Amino acid sequence: MPSALKHTLFILAPLVIVLAVLPGVYQNHLLLFNFVIFLVLAQGVNIIYGFTGYLPFGYVGFFGAGAYGFAIMVMHLQAPALLAVLAAGVVGILLGLLLTPLLRLSGAYFAIANLAASLAVLHLVANPALESITKGPYGVSLTGTFNPNSAYMAAVVVLALTVAAVVYLKNSSFGLALQAVREDSVSAAMAGVNVVKMRVLAWLASALVAGLAGGIYAWYVSVFYPDNVFSGEFSIFAIVFALFGGVATITGPIVGVIILYGIYNLIGFTTPQYFQLIYGLLIMGLVLFLPAGLVSLATRRGWHVP
Amino acid sequence: MSPKARPILNVAKLVKRFGGFHALDGLSFHVVPGEILGLVGPNGSGKTTAINVISGLYAPDGGEVTLDGQPIGGIASHRLVHRGINRTFQVPKPFMSLTVRENVQVALSHGRPAVAPPSVADLLDEYRLTELADRPASELNSAQQKMLDLTRALATRPRLLLLDELAAGLNPAELDWIAGRIKALAASGMAIIVVEHLMGFIEHITDRVIVLNAGKEIFEGKLAAAVQEPQVIEVFLGGEHAA
Ligand SMILES: Nc1ncnc2c1ncn2[C@@H]1O[C@H](COP(=O)(O)OP(=O)(O)OP(=O)(O)O)[C@@H](O)[C@H]1O
Ligand SMILES: [Mg+2]
Repeated sequence: MPSALKHTLFILAPLVIVLAVLPGVYQNHLLLFNFVIFLVLAQGVNIIYGFTGYLPFGYVGFFGAGAYGFAIMVMHLQAPALLAVLAAGVVGILLGLLLTPLLRLSGAYFAIANLAASLAVLHLVANPALESITKGPYGVSLTGTFNPNSAYMAAVVVLALTVAAVVYLKNSSFGLALQAVREDSVSAAMAGVNVVKMRVLAWLASALVAGLAGGIYAWYVSVFYPDNVFSGEFSIFAIVFALFGGVATITGPIVGVIILYGIYNLIGFTTPQYFQLIYGLLIMGLVLFLPAGLVSLATRRGWHVP
Repeated sequence: MSPKARPILNVAKLVKRFGGFHALDGLSFHVVPGEILGLVGPNGSGKTTAINVISGLYAPDGGEVTLDGQPIGGIASHRLVHRGINRTFQVPKPFMSLTVRENVQVALSHGRPAVAPPSVADLLDEYRLTELADRPASELNSAQQKMLDLTRALATRPRLLLLDELAAGLNPAELDWIAGRIKALAASGMAIIVVEHLMGFIEHITDRVIVLNAGKEIFEGKLAAAVQEPQVIEVFLGGEHAA
């Protein structure tokens, strides 16, 4: 069996099916929804960081821009929710295009510039002068589209597409070329790879994913403020989850979200007073002892992890 | 080699500056298909810089580089690879966390379009990498990484190959073997520029050498004649003493 098919049958399909039926058997709908959103964002980080090496500290900028793209479509154009979600994806891509010059930076410079860019978008959206368009700092309250069940299903569909994209990257010559660029861009050019084009495509794909996720999030919650959808926690969580599991794999970010976001909710509910402490120690331990993520426990033993 | 063959590469009055320093200072030479041209000179004379400019890593600051008569100065490396130029690196630069096989695969699928592209298996076999095929490149020793650099370059089907100190660090048996490989490539019509400090090796495989000093050509012809030239001797001995 070709490995792309194996990955689709044994990773993508079970994940999507389980998430699609869970709302029927588990009551906490919002928690499930957040899981799906973080799965999407962690895989989005995987696409850009795992396959090209750019760490998107301002990843939430695409998410927030997508949320506002959705809100503007609904508020001003009375667009149906699904169309507004697509528009959110387009907004993600447009912001990605606008930020392509950042790809000339490397390492920490890229991460910081990306963070600054996300703050700039936040302050633009929250600017009182734009109240007539974005409602500025006063937040949006969407009427007419509220439908958590449909929004949840849309999120699962976007997750399926995102994981499919990562399966493609793991199994295609395009994905291999991206990894070559990440390893050594000069050598990649000497292998005949168009380095700039590859980076831009991966960047736009991950921007699209976050834009769609932001749009669906806006659909789901319907009432939100700029600070909610541009919260740095989205970037940090998505990055930490992806790194915890292990990037440049299909399963790493999934495992990372399930374990870390699971623990987050568990200790958040049961012992909130120790939450920050336990969480902080866990992440420090990971960075110190497993810098390549949980999956490296297996790869170190010579096992292949998809 | 036919002396009347049209040059595949022509370099004319090439200048490359780093700040105010002229790493290449009016370098001119050419190479024809099937020829093995040696590029020798003391440390810092500009050999690697010449390879870097020809392979598109740096844009020239003056002069001209033409491939098949078309100017190529300043064209992006991957485009030059598609047009048939490739090179190895003095310090090899494989994709460290990819396997040996994947290293070659990337180049095979993004290289110059060819009627009959080689297969990964054949390439690995020819350059003695088959047993290492599934190991990450980071686990290879330096000589093996050099062979991987060469294999990656060949996977793109080059017509002009630039070798930057490929032989350094090889043992005598390996030197003989790689010399044979390089000659076979040239016999198939590939133009090859060899940068090397090992004079015996250069003598053995090249048709002609260019001696560089301070970014300029000071001699062109057979190596045997070069070592008779007072200016060449002076530069090399001076270089050795300074180094
Ligand atoms: N990127 C760079 N920036 C600044 N100076 C450089 C750069 N690359 C090369 N140089 C300088 O240009 C000169 C020529 O260097 P080059 O590497 O071409 O020499 P070389 O002939 O290959 O020497 P070696 O035999 O030691 O490899 C040296 O003085 C070097 O310091
Ligand atoms: Mg050199």
